[in-house]
Parts: sequence; structure tokens; C-alpha cells
Amino acid sequence: MRHIYLDHSATTPVDQEVAAIMMTYYTEKYGNPSSVHGFGREAKQGLEEARRQVAALIGATPQEVIFTSGGTESDNLAILGTAQAMRKKGKHLITSAIEHHAVLETCEYLEKNGFELTVIPVDSEGIVSVEDVRKAIRPDTILISVMHANNEVGAIQPIAEIGQLARELGITFHVDAVQSLGKIPINVKEMNIDLLTVSAHKIYGPKGVGALYIRKGVRIVPLVHGGSQERKRRSGTENTPGIIGFGKACELIGKRMIEDEELQTKLRDKLMNGILERIEYVKVNGPLGEKRLPNNVNVSIRFVEGESLLLSLDMLGIAASSGSACTSGSLDPSHVLLAMGLVHEIAHGSLRFSLGRQNTAEEINYVLEQLPKIVDRLRMMSPLYDQVINVKLAQ
Amino acid sequence: MYTEKVMDHFANPRNVGELENPDGVGEVGNAKCGDIMRIYLDIKGDVIQDVKFKTFGCGAAVATSSMVTEMVKGKTIDEAMVISNAAVAEALGGLPETKMHCSNLAADALHAAIENYHDKQTKKE
Repeated sequence: MRHIYLDHSATTPVDQEVAAIMMTYYTEKYGNPSSVHGFGREAKQGLEEARRQVAALIGATPQEVIFTSGGTESDNLAILGTAQAMRKKGKHLITSAIEHHAVLETCEYLEKNGFELTVIPVDSEGIVSVEDVRKAIRPDTILISVMHANNEVGAIQPIAEIGQLARELGITFHVDAVQSLGKIPINVKEMNIDLLTVSAHKIYGPKGVGALYIRKGVRIVPLVHGGSQERKRRSGTENTPGIIGFGKACELIGKRMIEDEELQTKLRDKLMNGILERIEYVKVNGPLGEKRLPNNVNVSIRFVEGESLLLSLDMLGIAASSGSACTSGSLDPSHVLLAMGLVHEIAHGSLRFSLGRQNTAEEINYVLEQLPKIVDRLRMMSPLYDQVINVKLAQ
Repeated sequence: MYTEKVMDHFANPRNVGELENPDGVGEVGNAKCGDIMRIYLDIKGDVIQDVKFKTFGCGAAVATSSMVTEMVKGKTIDEAMVISNAAVAEALGGLPETKMHCSNLAADALHAAIENYHDKQTKKE
């Protein structure tokens, strides 16, 4: 059976070079970076090199990069850490309706604990308006958190403009860049970003490691206490192999970003347009062209349900994801699609393909060949498609 | 996540379609919650002669619909009324915890179809 992986926004395979260098830090350079002896020093050296590599990819200085266990922890640290540090200054937080749960739920937790939250809506393409952010700001606003690019529909947000606004008003600005790192350029200085969340396993690095960029001078209260690692911002013996892997992954993707972007944009558009051509009653979710991540395709296919689509694709060895309720484990479909104004039934029929480095035009052709048959079979079973057939027969 | 039996019923669903002049039709669920199941029945005497289904929903929704039609064909109305959602799930070798409630409405759709049949009978009299 074929194996066509089109779920790179969920996770990516670890690059061979990354895996190789990680292994040496498991079996050869295994010292504790905090140790005085040579074993520790060489591990520490690798650690600091990785820090430089991550910093270089986002335009930061190494001292401003803190390693964590991943994007979720970085989001928690950024938001809870800022709230704690600034609570005497104010208690108002602003975020967007399309954030990842790691941001939204952390904000909601704070809302239940003495803070106030404003959630900025998005337009039908899934994009936040800078004007809406401006209008939401109050004298006691201490944090604005808006993601760089959305994981479900690939919508790229106006981060630089929001950053400028936040900087003018002295409000801490956090950006979850987990999906955008390595795909589109990030420069924290130019974009006026105070806190930036990134993760390794979306860029062909290992799972279980991420980082938080903390601009020099920005105060946060740590979540994890007990050591002096990471400038006391995040205690605990460092996950050296993971961090080394992260650094290497950043170095590699930095070199390949432009090439990746070109190739993936072509395949993305081939897949998206191919689906629109071959299947009726389909719409694209999210913006087109440059406002969209190069690797993201998200469509809603009417009259059929998302999990059924995924199971059918899986039976052919094709991996994708969906925003339907059944795939989220809750009773509601994707909050992102609902925020964009999709009605439930259209959100339930959503399908996301996220491309990666190893995907080929041939794989896309195969998907385009098989998907219409899958949709036909499910529509034949669907009571919702009846109306369409009846209308056609009447004509 | 799903048993082999569930996947079999999903990949090869039994009794998909409609009946031209059904003696009873039952529908449960709604597009908003992500599941709709519709069951058509042909009843002669007291026996369910033929049954068809249409379903919009996830793997569990399709499989439970298919299974319930298999369980009910040739049975009497009384026997059909006794079939429960739990029984359908058991016949499939079980369903994941999260799927037990939201998608396992097939027996409900069957009972709704039988009720519809009774309503039609009452109207005739």
C-alpha cells in the first residue's frame, strides 16, 4: 500500500542529519551541561550552538532564546509569565479567536483567575484586523497574543502592524509562530515582537522541544522552578539531544526555506485547484495566494463528513486531517472554522492537507485521482446529497 | 481506534440506499451536530422485509447504521424494537468511548422508522 503523508502541520519526520547529530548527544556527548567537568562542557557547547542556530532563524540574539518542552509550554510560559509579571500594571489580555488551544485555554484559565479577556474575531478568510486590536486596547491591557500563521487554514496574520501598535503603547506582544517558523520569514526585531513561541517537530526536528524568544528587558515569571538553567527562566536539566536537534533543524530549514516555499506553493495550488476542478460543491477555507502558508490546503466538501473522508483516505495510505467534531473529540467542529463564519455542517465536512518537503507531484496526482471517488461513495450514502440528486432529476 | 468489524462495515456498508414506497421512515440527528441517520423500512405482516439506510457522519455512524440494518432484516417489528444502541455497538465488537453516545444513534433511527410506520397505520384506520 502507498504511504502518502499530507499532515505536516500535525508533525514532520525528523531529518536524517538531525537524527544523526542527536544520537551523538545521547551516546557520546551525554554530559549534564551544568557540570564543571569536560563532559558537561562539551554538552554545554553544543547547547549554546543550538541556541545560536534558533536565534539566527528568527533574528534574535542567543541570550533571548529559552528552551522548553515544546510550543504548548512556550505559550503557557509567555502568557502566564507575563500575566504574573505585570499583574500590578493591569489585568486585561487580548487574543484572537483562531489561536491554538495552548493560547486560548491558557488565556481562559487566567480569565477564571482575576484577569479579563478580549477575543478578537476574524474575517471570513481567518484574518485578524489591526483596527479591531487597536479598538480593544485599554489602559490596563498587559498582553496581546496573536499567532503568525494559523495551523488549520494557513491564514497569515498582520503581525508586524500589530507589533508596531503594541510597541507604541508599551504592551507586551506575544506571537505563536509554531506553524510559520521555517516556512515564511520571521524577524522579531523588525516585527516588534516581545515573545515568540516556536517548536521543533514542525520543522523536521524532534518532538518534545521548543523555545520561547523573550526580548531583552521583557519580564516574565517562570513556570518551572528548581534550577538556574536557561537564565533561571526555565529550570530543569536540559533535553540536550532534543535541543541540538532543534538547532540543527533550524539551520537546515533556514537554508532551504526559499526553495521549499517555491516547491510547496506549486504543489499546494495544484492540489487545491485540482480538487476544485474535479469535485462539485467544494469551497476553500482560508485566504489564497500570499496570505496563505505555502503548504496548506483546507477545503470543505459538502454533504460528507470529515472523519469519514479521513478514514477513506487512510484506507488508501493517505494521511490528512479535518476540522470535524468527530476528529476533535468534542461536540463542536473546529473553533477556527466557526470563527471564520462557517456553519456547522460545512465545518464538519472540512479536510486539511498540509504538504512537506518529501511530497511529489506524482503523490498529488494520486490524491486527485482518488479523492473524487471517495467523495462520490460517501455522497451516495448521504441523506444530505439526496436534495441535490432530486433537484438534478427534476431538471 | 476502530475494530476490524467497524472498518468492514464502513468500507462495505450493507443496505445503503432508499426504498421507493417505504412503510416507515425514521431520521435522527442533525447536520449541526455532525450526524444524520435515516432508515427506510418495508414491512409485510409484522415482518421487516427490507431495510435501507442513508447516513451523514463519521466511521462509527456509518458502521452502526449498516450493522443495525443487518440485524433487523427479516425480524418482526417487536424484535426490532428491542434492539438497543448498546447491542449494535456490541455486535460491532465495541466502539471507542467517545463514539458511544454521539454516533451510536442507529437503533434510535430504526425505532423512529417503526414509530412512523405505526403512525401511518393509525392514519389509515
